[in-house]
Amino acid sequence: MSSSLVTVSYIGAIILFILSLGGLSHPESSRRGNLYGMLGMTIAVLATVFGPQVTSQGYAWIIGAMVIGGSIGLYAARTVKMTQMPELVALMHSLVGLAAAMVGFATYIDPSASGKLQGAEKVIHEVEIYIGILIGLVTFSGSVIAFGKLSGKIGGKPLLLPGRHWLNLIGLLTVLYFGYEFIHAESVEAGMKPLIIMTVVSLLFGIHMVMAIGGADMPVVVSMLNSYSGWAAAATGFMLSNDLLIVTGALVGSSGAILSYIMCRAMNRNFISVIAGGFGTGGGAPAKAKGDAEPVGEVISISAAETAELLRDAKNVIIVPGYGMAVAQAQHTVFEITKLLREKGVNVRFGIHPVAGRMPGHMNVLLAEAKVPYDIVLEMDELNEDFPDTDVTMVIGANDIVNPAAQEDPGSPIAGMPVLEVWKAKTSIVMKRSMASGYAGVDNPLFYKENNRMLFGDAKKMLDEVMVALKT
Amino acid sequence: MPQTIGVPKETAAGEKRVATVPEVVEKLIKLGFKVMVQSGAGDAANCSDDTYRAAGAEIAADAARLWSGSDIVFKVGVPTAEEVGLLREGGALIGFIWPAQNPELMQQLAAKKATVLAIDALPRTLSRAQKMDALTSQAGVAGYRAVIEAANAFGRFFNGQITAAGKVPPAKVFIAGAGVAGLAAIGTAAGLGAIVRANDTRAEVADQVVSLGGEFVKVDYEEEGSGGGGYAKVMSEGFQQAQREMYAKQAREVDIIITTALIPGKPAPRLITAEMVKSMKPGSVIVDMAAERGGNCELTEPGQAVVKHGVTLIGYTDLNSRLAKQSSTLYATNLFRLAEELCKTKDGVINVNMEDDAIRGLTVVKEGSITWPPPAPKPAAAPPAAKPAVAALPKSHGHGASAAPASGKATAITFLVGALLFWFVGAYAPAAFLGHFTVFVLACFVGYMVVWNVTPALHTPLMSVTNAISSIICIGALVQVAPPLAGGTDRPETWILGLAVLSIALTAINMLGGFAVTRRMLEMFRK
Repeated sequence: MSSSLVTVSYIGAIILFILSLGGLSHPESSRRGNLYGMLGMTIAVLATVFGPQVTSQGYAWIIGAMVIGGSIGLYAARTVKMTQMPELVALMHSLVGLAAAMVGFATYIDPSASGKLQGAEKVIHEVEIYIGILIGLVTFSGSVIAFGKLSGKIGGKPLLLPGRHWLNLIGLLTVLYFGYEFIHAESVEAGMKPLIIMTVVSLLFGIHMVMAIGGADMPVVVSMLNSYSGWAAAATGFMLSNDLLIVTGALVGSSGAILSYIMCRAMNRNFISVIAGGFGTGGGAPAKAKGDAEPVGEVISISAAETAELLRDAKNVIIVPGYGMAVAQAQHTVFEITKLLREKGVNVRFGIHPVAGRMPGHMNVLLAEAKVPYDIVLEMDELNEDFPDTDVTMVIGANDIVNPAAQEDPGSPIAGMPVLEVWKAKTSIVMKRSMASGYAGVDNPLFYKENNRMLFGDAKKMLDEVMVALKT
Repeated sequence: MPQTIGVPKETAAGEKRVATVPEVVEKLIKLGFKVMVQSGAGDAANCSDDTYRAAGAEIAADAARLWSGSDIVFKVGVPTAEEVGLLREGGALIGFIWPAQNPELMQQLAAKKATVLAIDALPRTLSRAQKMDALTSQAGVAGYRAVIEAANAFGRFFNGQITAAGKVPPAKVFIAGAGVAGLAAIGTAAGLGAIVRANDTRAEVADQVVSLGGEFVKVDYEEEGSGGGGYAKVMSEGFQQAQREMYAKQAREVDIIITTALIPGKPAPRLITAEMVKSMKPGSVIVDMAAERGGNCELTEPGQAVVKHGVTLIGYTDLNSRLAKQSSTLYATNLFRLAEELCKTKDGVINVNMEDDAIRGLTVVKEGSITWPPPAPKPAAAPPAAKPAVAALPKSHGHGASAAPASGKATAITFLVGALLFWFVGAYAPAAFLGHFTVFVLACFVGYMVVWNVTPALHTPLMSVTNAISSIICIGALVQVAPPLAGGTDRPETWILGLAVLSIALTAINMLGGFAVTRRMLEMFRK
């Protein structure tokens, strides 16, 4: 295959990737979008393998690596539970980051790639390698930590080292200094030392960055890492002078950045402050402020049977799921209840907050898994106005996203965050394991509202009981 | 030592209610109390001794045994002198007392060194106290029953019907006074299909009337009639004149009038004159829920249903007893909630905490000293203040809608920084780099445009597909495995090959795994 043919194939692949992302904007076209993505990837890989840059000696290696990696990937994709999606996505980001870093290293030690370059071109090439490895490694270590946090292997509370901003600054200066050293290194061997130091610093930086971010900000982190993996690919593209990598990397990078932006706005938080870390401690000292704004009133609990009674008598019901539903794996029961109620003529809908769960769109995926039709699953903006006409809202394992303090208490750490106004319904039922506060560590005045009832217990178990009561 | 709650049989004539029901007995026992019920106490409310016994209560054979064995007595009706005599020295009594109307009773109770909580003295404006508000729960039942009584006496359907035998017009019901009883009556009458109108001197209840399916009839006169504590006050002469005209007009039009108007400590206001009754259509019904306090209608005979001028006038004073089971259940729950407040430790011993606003208000006699009336409650908040002040929070922009345009200054700074950056790149970067740079910048914009419209529901699939696509980095590793070499270059073959093959394997996991899992997810999205 000639190099022109390869270039044309690359253009084809780029178009397919763009169509793929475009196709994912709507459920109807999304499956086709995914297909375009696969097609684009196949074309790109085949064109490269059979193109002039790969000789036939490499085929065995390539096929071997592809088969091994591919089967692991397919196995993981088949067996992963939908509730574990955030972990899987985070883990996959780490792979891209690691691969990007390794390609960077390989390029650096390959004299055929850089040997001929002189002057400004050589400097630019080396800067590209340096940045490519840097982004790749930060993505890698950050994603590994995100994976740990999402899967519960590492605690969700933000780890806040004293003077963490200074640590980050020192890290940045170190990286800059050794970048200078690296570019001015005489030989590959001399350049290795600054490169290795940078490797260690950037790994630590990635770890530190994600460790400092609280669990509630995970959707932002996951999409941010997604964005980083794209930028890593783009940097590799610059390094190898490959437009396909640049374009694809930029597509992925900007899409991740937009998602992060959307998530941040959903929490009314600034991107920088999320990255700077420490939700729940940000914005002063809410732990102390909490004492002043202690909600008054009392919590009224309710039994599963009474809940069923309320649901049965309702005309309009809105269900607001949160991370608790994912943890309890309650999505199937939720749908069973929804079906029962809909058969009885109750208008049941789902209200999804943009940051419900631990990943953008987490709740939608879970509900889709349980076969909830997507046209009754609505966004916050679509149904927030409807709460006053709703008889019963069921909040399943969500807390901060339904916290009226965001609107009522300007001193609250989550003040100004858009929330689902469940308390405006005639009755709201909150299913929760205990009175503990959410990830933001903010007490929720909703629990003390007069028209609110608490159904304590594991969401799955409670919902099962509600379902039994509904059937009788 | 757990205290015993005693529930005597009510002694007042026609009183069918009982102060607790078997379901609530169980809850009281869970709070740590012992419960004793006088034999036959619940018979009239369909609660037999056996059901009480099954719920864990002890049955006392007669009143004397019960009163002497109880630390706390739950009652419905105002205790008689005889009953006070039976009350244990230093015992506690909870029920309707009406301390203002019964000063002698208060003296007797004080002489007994009793602690008395009058459920009618509950500070009703405390939202926390609503669950204990027996006046409200009983008024609600009475309002319901009033409509049922009216329907019983009325010779027609409530709802309009078009039948093969002809058209039936809906009944028109007018309800005077939209307090708890009035609102319950509005809801019940509207539920039966009648056209419901209502009036109240307190303008703020208009919304509540409408929300229950009624129509609010205004009096053509400007005056606010809200007294303290959720009751109405006496209105001025001019207002009353206008009100009378309105009532006269309604009387001519409607089929049923239900009056619920009460002013605390005063006889019931006379709303319906004999003239108005005469002007009503024959067969019409008036239910006067204020009969006990003199009646809202001139012709009402308390406790009786009489027909005058062709209009049935119902003046029953025992509407609650006519729905004894329901009234008792609600009343029992009110008292249970009060018991919960009194016994927060759940050890079956009450603690009359005078620091608590609700309990302070309820307690009319504390260990023999009269503590009524309580210090003046804070007046109800003026209607405008009830609206949350923060309601004016700016509405967030919907996803996808553009944010507010950035200020001119910020835009200028962004452009300036951008221009500087581009100038820097242009001045120093070689031509080859610029080509790639162009592609990069354009691709960023394409990505931005394409992704911006993704529905939030698909964020996860989008992420997993972009993740799969980002394994395009595989290309970078592929070209390093076995490139065509110019020959003679010194290349650390093993290292590069190792790194490249490993990268390919890693990206392959991502590539196939990412696309497969996206597919799996998208399969699930269906209508």
